[in-house]
Amino acid sequence: MEKLKERNGKVLFSNYTLGEGVRKALSLSRDDILFEVKDSKLKGRGGAGFPVSTKWMLAAAAIADEKYVICNADEGEPGTFKDRVLLVEYPELVFEGMIIAGYAIGAKNGIVYLRGEYEYIRKSLEDFLVQMRKDNLLGKNICGKEGFDFDIKIFLGSAAYICGEETALIESLEGHRGEARNRPPYPVNTGYDGMPTSVNNVETFACVPHIIINGGEWYNNFGTKKSSGTKLFSVSGDCEKPDVYEWEWGITINELLEKVGAKNTKAVQVGGASGICVPKSEFDRKIAYEDIPTGGSIIIFNENRDMLKVLKNFMEFFVEESCGQCTPCRIGNTKLLEGVEMIENEEYTFAYLNKLKDLGKTMQVASKCGLGQSSPNSFLSILENFKDEIFYHEAGVENGN
Amino acid sequence: METKKNGRAPVSQKPHRIEKPEHPEYIGGSVKIQINEKELTVPLGTTILEACRDNHIHVPTLCHHDDLCIAGVCRVCVVEVENMHALQASCAFPITAPIKINTATPMVRKARKHIIDLLLSEHYGECYSCFRNNNCELQTLAKEYGVDHYNFGHIEKPKYKIDNSSYSVVRDMDKCVLCKRCIRTCIDLQEVGVLEAIGRGDETHIGTFLDKQLSDVICINCGQCINRCPTGALRANDPRDEIWEAIDNPKKHVVIQTAPSPRAAIGEEFGLEAGRSMTGELNTALRRIGFSKVFDTNFTADLTIMEEGTELILRLYKALVKGEDADKVPQFTSCSPGWVKYLEHFYPEYIDNLSTAKSPQQMFGAVIKTFYAQEANIDPADIVTVAVMPCSAKKFECNRSEMDDSGFKDVDYGLTTRELAQMIKETGIHLPELPKSEFDNPFGEASGAGLIFGATGGVMEAALRTVIELVTGGKVEDLFENANITPVRGFEGIRYVELPITEVGEVPEMYKKYFDSWDWLKGATLKVAVAHGTANAKKVMEDIKAGGKFSECHFIEFMGCPGGCIGGGGQPIPTNATIRAKRAEAIYAEDEGLPIRKSHENPHIGYIYEKFLTDGPCGDKSHKLLHTTYTKRGEYIA
Repeated sequence: MEKLKERNGKVLFSNYTLGEGVRKALSLSRDDILFEVKDSKLKGRGGAGFPVSTKWMLAAAAIADEKYVICNADEGEPGTFKDRVLLVEYPELVFEGMIIAGYAIGAKNGIVYLRGEYEYIRKSLEDFLVQMRKDNLLGKNICGKEGFDFDIKIFLGSAAYICGEETALIESLEGHRGEARNRPPYPVNTGYDGMPTSVNNVETFACVPHIIINGGEWYNNFGTKKSSGTKLFSVSGDCEKPDVYEWEWGITINELLEKVGAKNTKAVQVGGASGICVPKSEFDRKIAYEDIPTGGSIIIFNENRDMLKVLKNFMEFFVEESCGQCTPCRIGNTKLLEGVEMIENEEYTFAYLNKLKDLGKTMQVASKCGLGQSSPNSFLSILENFKDEIFYHEAGVENGN
Repeated sequence: METKKNGRAPVSQKPHRIEKPEHPEYIGGSVKIQINEKELTVPLGTTILEACRDNHIHVPTLCHHDDLCIAGVCRVCVVEVENMHALQASCAFPITAPIKINTATPMVRKARKHIIDLLLSEHYGECYSCFRNNNCELQTLAKEYGVDHYNFGHIEKPKYKIDNSSYSVVRDMDKCVLCKRCIRTCIDLQEVGVLEAIGRGDETHIGTFLDKQLSDVICINCGQCINRCPTGALRANDPRDEIWEAIDNPKKHVVIQTAPSPRAAIGEEFGLEAGRSMTGELNTALRRIGFSKVFDTNFTADLTIMEEGTELILRLYKALVKGEDADKVPQFTSCSPGWVKYLEHFYPEYIDNLSTAKSPQQMFGAVIKTFYAQEANIDPADIVTVAVMPCSAKKFECNRSEMDDSGFKDVDYGLTTRELAQMIKETGIHLPELPKSEFDNPFGEASGAGLIFGATGGVMEAALRTVIELVTGGKVEDLFENANITPVRGFEGIRYVELPITEVGEVPEMYKKYFDSWDWLKGATLKVAVAHGTANAKKVMEDIKAGGKFSECHFIEFMGCPGGCIGGGGQPIPTNATIRAKRAEAIYAEDEGLPIRKSHENPHIGYIYEKFLTDGPCGDKSHKLLHTTYTKRGEYIA
């Protein structure tokens, strides 16, 4: 597929020649690759920020007949669309990252779990894979490397948010209902089909060829001490230039808002529906694992937005998208939404809202998976950070927008 | 994308246990942990819940069930594990490292209370109008956590319609807490797969294929889901009102038959330990309730052995000597209606292998409305027959359209152990305090062989006791100490036994019309097998399909429920392996104490063949009354 537009970035949106990363990787030993990734301090770009090298080393150390590399392209977090750009414009980075992962952990099979709504990209991806097979970047004895076979299949998801959670994704791949598994054991030991599996985000894979070519140390030149490298941001909302951007970790919200031409900004939702809502007073905070971590979703709200409506929208999302298996997430989100509606109808008491906040904290620790654990985040942060506006109507909102 | 293994059950619902080492004392075989600051050593792979229970540390549970695989969905059993940011479900957490666990922190207590509050907020209905009142795990939890008001409100209107379409199982989804025990029972324990979670988020509910009503899906009515449901969401279709009405009607002659398994378990409903048979006390109670006659189902179990045993011999004779209908061997037992419906749905091509003999319940119904009516000089139209069974599928069985060979509905009502206990309580009787009394004639005496039908392997043992003696002319006691055929006993899912026939005796009078010598069986090896629970039945059936060793069998006992009838879907709740073993012990102990322990030695059996079924076992009259036909259902309901 044609590039949608010219993009500039220091790593992902820089120039790249097809096959370069794989060829370099195959000239190295598996351990060299694992240590190169370790030196890069690359963390999972889906949002959880788990060290990639740790995941790969565990999968590499697992003993099994088969292993799997799975690319999590179930990009479902509200306000996130960076993986789609990578898949459309830079598929070589993603696929090569998977091939390198397969080589490093000893897997022969790669699977792209593609978000159901991205069905229209599938054809171009399949065509790209055909070309890669012709170029011997996929298939048997890749690039002449004796004994290294690897191929990639594309699996279309069924449009459930929960399937972005890696164990629910695996369940879905196996043909089951998308529900998170109990952990431990983790997918690196017992994953797809019960075999060791590394599930990584599209962007994570896309970083890998650059790291292998330029070295882990080089990657540390970008970002902050604890958050190495660059990050793709899906910026949307009240700004002049909504788009996907590549910036270094450590950018402050103020800097970000300036770059995208946002004016009169009241709040920024970092990390999508499951992220936190940052008020104006905290716009000098950095986006980095050590301050505000994110999978890349940035939603900007200006002064005309009604934060209670924003919150209600998020809560409605979770009530619908909870997989429904565990109690705190299934019923808890319903209760939080009811709380929002009570505020909306002015039928609340602070005592009851405090009970709900307490419940939200329970959901954060007692839910079975990341969905339920992060779903109260926006409830807690919006009620805390925008209480003046919500309860005392002081912020000059004119019937919302 | 295809998965290599049969993707039958959701992996999230499968146990992810770490293989436990054979010798925990070896290096790496065990882990040192701390629970509430107490130092403990546990075998590698033990779950936190198991470790707590082994050390008498109470952790509340709801979705966990000893019979079922792990779900980890209710989150009631959460505990704190040091250095983990979230709480962990103790039922689902295998210990593989030296961790520090705390089961009673403020965070844990608060989380559990929240979870119980949330469950209650969506649990429609009141405890006092629920059959699980005082035996409900949600109620127990609410009490344990001191719930005295609804913290997060309470649902005021029902969301679902009660599904009472099935003769056997009633589903009231407004009481469901989505613990998924029924799903795990249906998919994993029984491998039937009628129930699954449907919808997501706040619309999640347990449903059937396309949310059809239960009578329109391939439910086998085993009721195992009822036994494991923590609340009143699942129950049996209760005929108490109709039975009371019949009892109160002076024109009706209401007779009841009791099966051995309810007698071995009903004490549990009155607070007794599992494993105490209440046969004599129950007879007294039933008369006080108002039943006109109390009969022993074991009598028709003996009759079943005569019919089914004869049928087996005739099938073998046909196949081995005449070379006819060889594919009707192995013969399958047909007393378990759950198993019968399972076979009709899942292996319809094998229905010719099912014994045509009716189950003891149905034989009794037919005999009561013919032979008994004649002997007692009562119009069969005025007789109401009730059967106390450990079983929910028996309710379906008695409503099968073909079960009217007496000219009437052979058995009017199937009553579960639980429902009978309820009727006794309503009468104001405390069962354990009653004096004992005997069964009524003309079926007063039954053998121990009929009694042991209740436990898995029992039908096989009963049949072998008779077949061995009829064929060899010798005594079972010479082959098996005290006539206890122990190789077919036990709880192993599938058992296979070979019995060489070295000697043959005289052909008994009743078989002389078929053949005059047993020589065709001399030197043969009788191969039999026993399977309980439809998951094990499936294994055997798949083996037969593939031409494996079970296809070489002559006779196979199948029971739909784990443990056989003692673990049936109508038995007292709760159930687990220990309880089932104790009920079985009670049955075997009672058998040992009986004077007659072989069906063919029961004088009342002799009497009925002499007076009524005059052309002998499998003769024309018994074929009309005591045998039945089956339906190749496949994926269809009828």
